[in-house]
Amino acid sequence: MKAAVIVFPGSNCDRDVKVALEAAESRVAMVWHGDAELPGVDLIVLPGGFAHGDYLRCGAMAAHSPVMAEVKAQAQRGVPVLGICNGFQVLCEAGLLPGALLPNAGLKFVCRDVQVAVETSQSVFTNAYEAGQVLRIPVAHHDGQYYADDDDLARLEDLGQIAFRYVDGPAPGAGNPNGSAHDIAGVFNEGKTVLGLMPHPERAADPMHGGSDGCGLFLGLVRALG
Amino acid sequence: MAALAREFGLSAEEYARVPAALGRTPNLTELGIFSVMWSEHCSYKSSRLWLKELPTSAPWVIRGPGENAGVIDIGDGQAAVFKMESHNHPSFIEPYQGAATGVGGILRDVFTMGARPVANMNALRFGAPEHPRTRHLVAGVVAGIGGYGNCVGVPTVGGECTFHPAYNGNILVNAMSVGIAEADRIFYAAAAGIGNAVIYVGSKTGRDGIHGATMASAEFDEASEEKRPTVQVGDPFTEKLLIEACLELMATDAIIAIQDMGAAGLTCSSVEMADKGGVGIELDLDRVPLRESGMSAYEIMLSESQERMLMVVRPGAEEVALRVFEKWELDVAVVGRVTDTGRLVVRHQGAIAADIPVRPLVDEAPLYDRPWTAAPVPAPLADGGPAIEPMQALRRLLACPDLASKRWLIEQYDHMVMADTVQRPGGDAAVVRVHGTGKGLAVTTDCTPRYCKADPRAGGAQAVAEAWRNLTAVGARPLAITDCMNFGNPEKPEIMGQFVGAIQGMAEACRALDFPVVSGNVSFYNETQGRAILPTPAIGGVGVIADLSRQARIGFAGEGEAIVLVGATQGHLGQSLYRRELAGAEDGPPPPVDLAAERRNGDFVRALIADGAVRACHDVSDGGLLVALAEMALAGGIGATIEVPAGAGPATAWLFGEDQGRYLVALPAEGAAELVERAASEGVPACIIGSTGGDALTVTGAGHISLNELSELHESWLPAYMAGG
Repeated sequence: MKAAVIVFPGSNCDRDVKVALEAAESRVAMVWHGDAELPGVDLIVLPGGFAHGDYLRCGAMAAHSPVMAEVKAQAQRGVPVLGICNGFQVLCEAGLLPGALLPNAGLKFVCRDVQVAVETSQSVFTNAYEAGQVLRIPVAHHDGQYYADDDDLARLEDLGQIAFRYVDGPAPGAGNPNGSAHDIAGVFNEGKTVLGLMPHPERAADPMHGGSDGCGLFLGLVRALG
Repeated sequence: MAALAREFGLSAEEYARVPAALGRTPNLTELGIFSVMWSEHCSYKSSRLWLKELPTSAPWVIRGPGENAGVIDIGDGQAAVFKMESHNHPSFIEPYQGAATGVGGILRDVFTMGARPVANMNALRFGAPEHPRTRHLVAGVVAGIGGYGNCVGVPTVGGECTFHPAYNGNILVNAMSVGIAEADRIFYAAAAGIGNAVIYVGSKTGRDGIHGATMASAEFDEASEEKRPTVQVGDPFTEKLLIEACLELMATDAIIAIQDMGAAGLTCSSVEMADKGGVGIELDLDRVPLRESGMSAYEIMLSESQERMLMVVRPGAEEVALRVFEKWELDVAVVGRVTDTGRLVVRHQGAIAADIPVRPLVDEAPLYDRPWTAAPVPAPLADGGPAIEPMQALRRLLACPDLASKRWLIEQYDHMVMADTVQRPGGDAAVVRVHGTGKGLAVTTDCTPRYCKADPRAGGAQAVAEAWRNLTAVGARPLAITDCMNFGNPEKPEIMGQFVGAIQGMAEACRALDFPVVSGNVSFYNETQGRAILPTPAIGGVGVIADLSRQARIGFAGEGEAIVLVGATQGHLGQSLYRRELAGAEDGPPPPVDLAAERRNGDFVRALIADGAVRACHDVSDGGLLVALAEMALAGGIGATIEVPAGAGPATAWLFGEDQGRYLVALPAEGAAELVERAASEGVPACIIGSTGGDALTVTGAGHISLNELSELHESWLPAYMAGG
């Protein structure tokens, strides 16, 4: 598998996700946001961070970066696109995923482990997990409250577009950390070829992280995409 | 002009030296430059004499104090670059921006030297929780630290946060940053090469922060609120671009010298570069990127706008530099040249705005041997009361502001970005992996100000010893420290006495523990309306764990393990949290620091960890043994039962005394007797005090408490307090 990680000015998890992809034996190309062309790849990743400082709405400026036209074109051709945290915000702003990410209900940045349930294993992203499996993965964001209107939420539920949901657990701070509608931690597009999620699987990808539940996402991608 | 000089913070005697150094009366811009360069903040005029007492060398020290940050060898051709710095005054006036720019400033000190910042820490001291400003200050400072560090993408891996009425009018915000560089690719500030370009890069220069260094060199009064415009505004996004752009350019051979613009902005950075290189610098202010029009030379030279760097590049490398910075969309301009005149010449709008010989600005800065007196050390306590049921005392201690869980603030800091955080906040030291290797850096900040107030010398030694012990407790080899010396007005002999005592104690401990000082900062005038803070020499320690598979963590890791206390217990209650929280008394002398025992006990524990012989380890400090035990139980979610040894004296003193040089370790029960024997053979006191297991903490004969209740008490104070606004 060959993956492209898009680097926006202000991305700060670009290296982290590259390390996790390489550990899953993917080849990785870092692509500057100002480039209008993308190499031919099997997967496009929009990493976490604060693209353009998030000084406008989170992800709003990055969604208009030169490279995003090509990201959209490839997504339409079915190339899988993964957006983590700030990357999820960019995907929503770019219209590649429904809904929006609002400031956390607590109005504070929140960095801690959360527990998320895998809603389906039927995607290139989640095929290494079992449906219903509970993962422990960190979040770190200020604007992670998933919002969509009632019709959109109903459609997401009906079409099985919810990828991950926050669930309660025994650890302190488990449960929904940001007030997301329907406890949504991650959503797919209709074709399940685009995934956005707030938790950081690349930060739970190595025993030294204190947990490696995020590895399955990268291993599953490599398995599905060669 | 003399009256203006006073307003700028120069005394009459100091001002009298200016015409002598210059050969004529200064103009406004020149006076501004002299006054900031000779401010306490920039010149260290009250502390320089005493700072020389601190040991600064060891075989692993690559560069000690005097540069932007200290540099130590961590093996494999790599170096750790680190420093801690205060941002107290701005944070009190404008907590969010004050704290945020404190983080930004210390990050620049680190990446200026060619290091990628990999860990931030902070040491925070607030006033009494019931003081009307405290909640607002905590909220603002924490949000500011998080807002800046999270955006630049450097993990904030820990620190301290304590409360005391002595900080009601003057909080302390000390920020530390640690970076990693190639040991043979360290960048310094010395300008060189006559005719070489001086390049300005980063944010535009505005009118913010003018004379911030002078503000930091004066006491506060009721009018200090009006100094809000002297607080700078941070832009972490630009800082992130600056980090990436500078590191990208540093990978080429373009840069000869580089210096960040911190206190006193363009003035201090250009003077330091010229002075260190023994050259002159000519600046053309018309080329400086400006945020607003109509700025005078005085304002441009004194602005403390953030996220700016100055560098000297090789002939022919200007193009490369401009290309890199333009890619990162940063403002960049060639603003001057290196000259052979030894003078700082500033041109503005076709005229010479300042023309000052560099040497006198630095070498002829005032230097004071301030009079000092040492206050008497308090007499030993007559009794160790009050006699309170130990579990009741534990409840009170674990929920007191200084010991209560700091989860509320830790979760506002991204402590995992960069994906190399191996030990998160909450242990004795944070551990970050050196990227791409199996080794780690351990980082801690420590100081016990109430000890320093009672006996500055013992307190100074204790702060260094505790940093050394905290690094040891995770299995690291302690290498060096940075110090952030926060004190009141040094013109008062009793305050100067605290400073001198602390330096002497620190120097003794640094020598005894082979733990030199490689960087630091002095912040005087931490007083409001004549009331000084507690003397607070905050110590930031850095150590190396050669093999991350051999480290120790604070939480109990299994049931039925033996708990061993390493180190001698006298039951010293003077200046203990037990006395403060339960008797309302900060009294008696602080615990003595036996540096030989400290070293012996620490070396023993570190060897145990390296051998894989222990499964959990925690140093015993604030609150004493029972608090340390509770912290281990809560972190691991496993209870414990211990017994007060026969002949240990009063249970209260044994359980809550703050004797130094002690650790609790847990290990499989079958190895415990052998460990105690091994300790005895090395002259280290050690005894088995109990075992892990269950879901409660029990002291045989003195009651028990469930972990659920303890956790609730420990976790609830800070969120409840912050919600109480």
